[in-house]
This record gives sequence, C-alpha cells and structure tokens, in this order.
Amino acid sequence: MPKVKERDKSCDHLFASGHTACPGCGQSMAVRLVLRAAGRNVIVVNSTGCLEIFSSKFGESSWEVPYIHSLFENIAAVASGVESVLRATGRLDEVRVIAMSGDGSAADIGFGAISGMMERGHDVLYVCYDNEAYMNTGIQRSGCTPYYARTTTSPPGKVSQGNPRPKKDLPQIILAHGVPYVATASVGYINDLDKKVKRALSIRGPKYIQVHVPCPLGWGSDSSRTIDIARLAVNSGLFPLYEVDSGELNVRKIPKKVPVEEYLQLQVRFRHLFGSDGAREEVEQIQRVADENIEKYGLMSK
Amino acid sequence: MKVTLGAVSRPGESLVNKTGSWRTLSKPRFLHQNCTACDMCALHCPEGCIYGEEENTYQNDEAYCKGCGICARICPVKDIEMIPEVAEDD
Repeated sequence: MPKVKERDKSCDHLFASGHTACPGCGQSMAVRLVLRAAGRNVIVVNSTGCLEIFSSKFGESSWEVPYIHSLFENIAAVASGVESVLRATGRLDEVRVIAMSGDGSAADIGFGAISGMMERGHDVLYVCYDNEAYMNTGIQRSGCTPYYARTTTSPPGKVSQGNPRPKKDLPQIILAHGVPYVATASVGYINDLDKKVKRALSIRGPKYIQVHVPCPLGWGSDSSRTIDIARLAVNSGLFPLYEVDSGELNVRKIPKKVPVEEYLQLQVRFRHLFGSDGAREEVEQIQRVADENIEKYGLMSK
Repeated sequence: MKVTLGAVSRPGESLVNKTGSWRTLSKPRFLHQNCTACDMCALHCPEGCIYGEEENTYQNDEAYCKGCGICARICPVKDIEMIPEVAEDD
C-alpha cells in the first residue's frame, strides 16, 4: 500500500459546518476550499448574496476568519478600504484581503465598484462565485446567466426559450483593466482551484478568480451531481478554465470534448430545450458557444 | 440572546446549527473496506463534516450531514454508499 502523502489539515475547516446552504451547494464547497488555500491570515469581505445569507446569520457565523458583510453594490469598495487601512498602518504583509461575491454582485450590481478597485490597483483578491443567476432572491436572471437558461425572470414559453442573451464574459472584462492575475476555476477541479488561489495570493495588486459553482436549487439538478455538472461544464467548453498570469495565458486542456447536451440534460433549467417540442436550433447555438470557447482558448490538444 | 458590543459574531458559531436534521431520504455509509485516504470525500463535502486521518477511518458527522450524496459519487473506490434514512424508532 503506498503511503498517503501527509497533508496539512489545519486550514480545512475555516468555514465551519452548520451553515444553512442547500444540500449539495457548490458555493459552500468552493468557499471552504478557497479559505483552505488562503489560510488563516485573511480578511474576508463579502457582498450580499447566498453566501452571506447562509453563513453569517447573527449568532450563527460560519467564519473562522475576520469577516465583514456590506451591500450588494459596494463590496469591492469596502475591500479597497480595508486594504487601504492595512497599507496605511503598514500591515499589508501580515494579512491578505479577499473579497467574495456572487455573479450578480460582480457582473451587475457591484460592477462599477470592481472596475474602480481594479483600476486603482488595490491589493485584493476578488473571488466571484458564478452560479449563473440570483439564487438567493429566487433565481432571477443575472448578467452571467447563459443562453436559454430558465430563470424566474426569463421563463420559457410560447415566445421565448429562456434567457435570450449570452453570458457576460466577466474575466475578460476584468483582464482589460490590465490586472496582473485573472483566472477561472471550477469546483469540479479542486486542485486547480487550490493552485490558482495560492498563486493569486502570492501576487501583489488586484487579482480576480471566477469560480463556477453549480446550484442544485436554481439549476434543478440532483444534489449529488454538483461535481459531475461542474466537470461537464468545463469539458464541454462552456466554462473554459484558464489563468492569465502577467499576460501569459495558461489553459486547462479538455481531454475529450463532451457534447453540450450531456451538460444541459442534467439540469431542469434547460429541460424545455429537449423533449417532443425540443429546440434544436437553441441547443446548436449553445454548442457554438462551446466550440468558440474551445477555439478561442485552444482547449483541445492539437 | 446576548448581543455583543458592535453585534460582532464569534468565529464558527454556526456549529450550534445541527443541519443533520435536514436529511430526508438518504445518508452516506462509509464501508471502510477499500478506502485509500485520498481525502476526496472530505474535500468535496459542502458541509465540511467528513473527518478522517488514515485508510478506512473516514466518517461523516451526522449532526451536520445534509445527505447530499456528493461523497458517495466522488469516492474513486466506491467505498461510500447512500442508504435510506431511517427514523430511530424503526
């Protein structure tokens, strides 16, 4: 029997049990993994959203690290302020600042504040948990909702097949600010996520990581399939994993391309695209998005 | 409830919240036969309620386990199975 490599488990539980996330929540898993990679010497600044609701009820905080919650829109501004105080008091070497939000806060409501934080060059790691809609308030469409997903504000019916607009390419928008590190990660690939968080925290300046986190409630998937769905999103090309480190692009290659149907069929939010009155054209359009990603980032080994 | 100065919460207070009562249909059973201590179940558990050190010692904390079934699916040696949740008086 090969000896299992000893691993430091001291930071495994910086996000305590007893939080009230749904069973199978991808975000709660990702938060724990991000904290595990980051260690104890961090200050977490969190926007409104699922994460805040399920982890920070008064008297039932799950956080084992300093934590502050503010609003949906100003999370990057609060993180900038925390960083500025640490800088002014000469303690920036001791503590790292991590801003955490969902895709609604990052892509829509708090977008201006993120842009400002990136432009001013604050030494903050911004982690966006991308579950592709506003799950906390009841599954409304966000800027990160992909083509033809059912949400309560983009319901499919006679005149619509769900969300008619493409997913906002937030990592590329952040990258356009000229920041030193931008990455995408997924809960389906936890070693990759771990490596990217550690790499990001070793860099000074604004950093951004977008983590793809399946939401069993909002996506209508089985709670046990969270990891499978996250991996299918990556391997179909719909959520490409890459990092841009000081201008250099590294991608996680796809071993074998998976048709998007395999990813879509596991989720109720895409169910209207299949069945007797299926929407062939729409599925093909989603496949084109995946193919374009594969082409753009060179995800397949030549 | 006593409110502290500035209404600051203490670390990890959520442990008072025994979310294990949320389980409805099934719960994991750790077979302890082929476990290689790869740690995949502990790392992927959304609750962070699986603990273990060596081979065949991993166990979930049923006080917090919500029975999502991710551990059983992720286990590379199929050493975890989901079994029906049965009431104690059955």
